[in-house]
Amino acid sequence: MKQSNWGGQRIGAGRKRAAEPTVTVRVPVSSKEAIVKLVQQLKASPSVSFPAWLKPLQLVEQPTSQFIPCMSYSVRAGFPSPADDYIEKRIDLNEELIKHREATFFLRVRGHSMIEAGIDDGDELIVDRAITPEHNRIVVAAVDGELTVKRFYQRHGVVKLLAENPEYPDIEFKAGQEMVIWGVVIRIIKSV
Amino acid sequence: MSRFVLVDANNFYVSCERVFNPKLMGRPVVVLSNNDGCAVARSQEAKVLGIKMGVPWFQVQPLAKKHDIIALSSNYALYADMSNRMMTLLGQFAPKQEVYSIDECFLSLDGLNVDLVAYGQKIRQRIGQWIGLPVCVGIGPTKTLAKLANYIAKKQLQWQGVCDLSVLPESVLNHLLAEIEVGEVWGVGRRTQEKLTGMGIHTALAFKQADATFIGHHFSIMMQRTVLELRGVSSLQLESVVPARKQIMCSRSFGMPVIQLADLQQAVISYVTRAAEKLRAQSLLAGAVHVHIRTNPHRQKEAQYSQGMTVTLMEACCDTLKLVQASLWGLQRIYRPGYRYSKAGVILMELMPKGLKQMALFTDRNYAVNKDVRPLMQTVDRINQRMGKDTVFLAGAGIAKSWQMKRKNKSPCYTTEWNELVIVHAK
Repeated sequence: MKQSNWGGQRIGAGRKRAAEPTVTVRVPVSSKEAIVKLVQQLKASPSVSFPAWLKPLQLVEQPTSQFIPCMSYSVRAGFPSPADDYIEKRIDLNEELIKHREATFFLRVRGHSMIEAGIDDGDELIVDRAITPEHNRIVVAAVDGELTVKRFYQRHGVVKLLAENPEYPDIEFKAGQEMVIWGVVIRIIKSV
Repeated sequence: MSRFVLVDANNFYVSCERVFNPKLMGRPVVVLSNNDGCAVARSQEAKVLGIKMGVPWFQVQPLAKKHDIIALSSNYALYADMSNRMMTLLGQFAPKQEVYSIDECFLSLDGLNVDLVAYGQKIRQRIGQWIGLPVCVGIGPTKTLAKLANYIAKKQLQWQGVCDLSVLPESVLNHLLAEIEVGEVWGVGRRTQEKLTGMGIHTALAFKQADATFIGHHFSIMMQRTVLELRGVSSLQLESVVPARKQIMCSRSFGMPVIQLADLQQAVISYVTRAAEKLRAQSLLAGAVHVHIRTNPHRQKEAQYSQGMTVTLMEACCDTLKLVQASLWGLQRIYRPGYRYSKAGVILMELMPKGLKQMALFTDRNYAVNKDVRPLMQTVDRINQRMGKDTVFLAGAGIAKSWQMKRKNKSPCYTTEWNELVIVHAK
């Protein structure tokens, strides 16, 4: 039987399928013409390029400053520096010397009663209030409304503050007299 | 049951001063507001002598002379540092912390199985030894009750600084509340108190037993919650996330009235300089500057004027020079001659992190990079950090600064300035 030329599939007929899912975009009726025109123009024109100095709406990264160990030589593939593995943070005195950040204070010395303990007029002391004062430690005490630095003596129920200079008297406490230990000296800072 | 803890330093400003100046121990001491105007903190001894909170200092001068009361100017650099130390330490005591003000914070002890009174004593001991500040601890099943517990711990010595309302039988608790004026309840201000008293609600107990819906109807939903909180129903949670700063302000009263534009300009330049330093310290940029000036509203006989203006910058920056330029431009426009100005201020607004800066549409990027002032600002900041405040400053800020506020009796910045360390005697 001879096949008819009529009927069957017609190429290009039926619902058009896009290569990917599509969305409908709503635009104001009044702007429709202008938008369609603009899109056509853009499609026709070569890709947009800006002059070098004009970079509109660009985010500029401005990293905050940080201490990063930094290598001054260029790095070449295949030849890593033998020092790479050894890059470490620089020493930070705050970290090394201060164990209790919140309880640590700096005080400046005035006077000469502690010179034999290595504490001179004008030195700065690092004082840690978190440490419990013990016999023989150098402490800051509040005596008669003043802060004073002395060696703490506490033996057999006797409490004294010792000077480290024979020309200065020790301070002894009798029952009822009040003395408050302000903090324990952990370091002396000197200028040389 | 939730358990809230409120830790609050006693007479915070005075206590901070006492840590570094033992002479102030046991003596009546007050700290005065900016310009040495009013008493903003009082030692227990000064309270006993009848110095009221906020009283203008000149009014109590005779009393002060008679009893040898020591008046100090406020030293906010010192108080801020001591507050930071205290809050850091307190944060180590609980999984959750809400810093409520410079001298008090809430802790939430949910999930911690400890004897709370002993824990409170441990907190007191730690803060006392490590930083020398006396604190009181209030504990309760709600924030409002914790706050009230703190009040009781402060007023009644038998609690030894720690009061736990969460373990008291209802009858004992009510007995305590009956002794406390309703105005002492957290959130009840002076006007609310007056209105409540008018309704016959005088004490914290009466407030607790009031009809909550009735209170909500006549006041606010917040007051209704307060009533519930007094009954032990927790309806306020800890707010441990501090919202990012949206503004940086620097505003001060003058030591004497200022009339000339030139003096106002000096003041504004100084304030912008200070605010911009803070801005850079937090790695932020400002998108706008607000500048305001006003006369003294307490001198009703003088002509009054108050005006402010916000100047938007083309591009956010942290450059003192640009911010000064913008604020002076604004000042020029709001300044009116013939008034006696008592205060000026600047606010840096539209703050954003450095990395998020948006360039203006038509900025020439190369030009912007060449004119980068960051190294200059960094250098100035470093010099001032190392050599002391205002070692390098804009000449426009003036040198004599006749307008500067009075702080006749300010203690040294013991903990924040290397040149002002506490003196320890060796004699």
